[in-house]
Amino acid sequence: MNERKIRVLIAKPGLDGHDRGAKVVARGLRDVGMEVIYTGLRQTPEQIVQSAIQEDVDVIGLSVLSGAHEYYCRRVLELLREKGAGHIVLVVGGVIPPEDIPRLKEMGVAQVFGPGTPISEVAEFIRQVVKR
Amino acid sequence: MKELLDRAISGDPIAIARVITLVENGEEYGIRLLQDLYPLTGKAHYIGVTGAPGVGKSTLIDKLIWHLRSRGEKVGVVAVDPSSPFTGGAFLGDRLRMQRHATDPGVFIRSMGSRGALGGLARATADVVKVLDACGFNFVIVETVGAGQNEVDIVKTADTVILVIVPGMGDEVQIIKAGIMEIGDIFVVNKSDKDGAQRLAKELEAWIEFGYEGSGWIPPVVMTIAEDGTGVDRLVSEIDRHRAYLNDSGELKRRREKRVMEEINVALGESIKRRIRDVLEDEVMQRYVSEVLEGRRDPYSVVEEILGKLTKGGV
Repeated sequence: MNERKIRVLIAKPGLDGHDRGAKVVARGLRDVGMEVIYTGLRQTPEQIVQSAIQEDVDVIGLSVLSGAHEYYCRRVLELLREKGAGHIVLVVGGVIPPEDIPRLKEMGVAQVFGPGTPISEVAEFIRQVVKR
Repeated sequence: MKELLDRAISGDPIAIARVITLVENGEEYGIRLLQDLYPLTGKAHYIGVTGAPGVGKSTLIDKLIWHLRSRGEKVGVVAVDPSSPFTGGAFLGDRLRMQRHATDPGVFIRSMGSRGALGGLARATADVVKVLDACGFNFVIVETVGAGQNEVDIVKTADTVILVIVPGMGDEVQIIKAGIMEIGDIFVVNKSDKDGAQRLAKELEAWIEFGYEGSGWIPPVVMTIAEDGTGVDRLVSEIDRHRAYLNDSGELKRRREKRVMEEINVALGESIKRRIRDVLEDEVMQRYVSEVLEGRRDPYSVVEEILGKLTKGGV
């Protein structure tokens, strides 16, 4: 099987303790043929970005339930740019108030997936964005 | 291409990661890169860590990294997890347990799916290890899927093979039956605070004494508790001792000879398959399939015919 796989890194920044949702998404993406690197809980933006670089991922998926999504998205995007990895796409899922979405997108977040988003939607978005 | 390579060799993680991806995908470009990197390989000590799922390999490697870093070594890790044979996807969760090293520039961790390779260890893994070797990591640790017999593949790649088992899994009988024992240079009994650990270690030692009489290297049995790092310092000194043994006894040279032989054979097989795929048209293949199904010929003569065309210069 010598073909290009889509690689996605899924991480939970900060102090969130619940990762069931993130794991469900991770497994869902695996089930549609992607390679998903799951880095687990309590990751700092530095750890997330450095891991994404080493793993040469196409997409970073942040899972944030704690409300600190704006901070983490901003920090991850900054670090990606700083390190010359601005080509990596950032998406975020979890508990994100809809009114925050425009601001996040303006920052550079490619898409926000609220609770209950079907995995197929996430997968399709990723496939489209990687093609570009 | 030269620029990408130069950046990788000088330690730029983005470049290293990109080279790994190209090499892993097995494309022409990746192979050219490998050719250029090859002269720079051979400096790293390759350690293979294998064992059943859940025995604590990742946690152990996390502690190993810590020890090696504290004496200034640069460590590369390749963590291989199974790819789904149906979807081709993979859930790569080994690095989770090593994440405290994620921002250490002296550590490079890469997760890989086995991508359908037999033997549990992706063909590409051996190539990825070479990339890390060439880019200055003096220890490269490969963690494999550990599903049982398939671990024999790792022997063809590693200098030192560490087999990790835990008490209470009925491991000892399984391992001895499967012949896996023969591939271990160092045996680790992890979760050694659990019941049965001492007994397991003694059984292992007895088996080793019986099986390795007269050998130059008698595999040691190291008891560890990877969770808190107990025993890992002893593991590191056994790794050092094995490395010294390999160098002093000439065994290293023998193993690397075997490795090169294997590499050439695998590359040859893949190259031939690729060439056939490139020139054998679907309709032609379909015709062969129909002929076999209709009983007009057998598959083996089909193969002979294809190979004959290949050597004559194209189908």
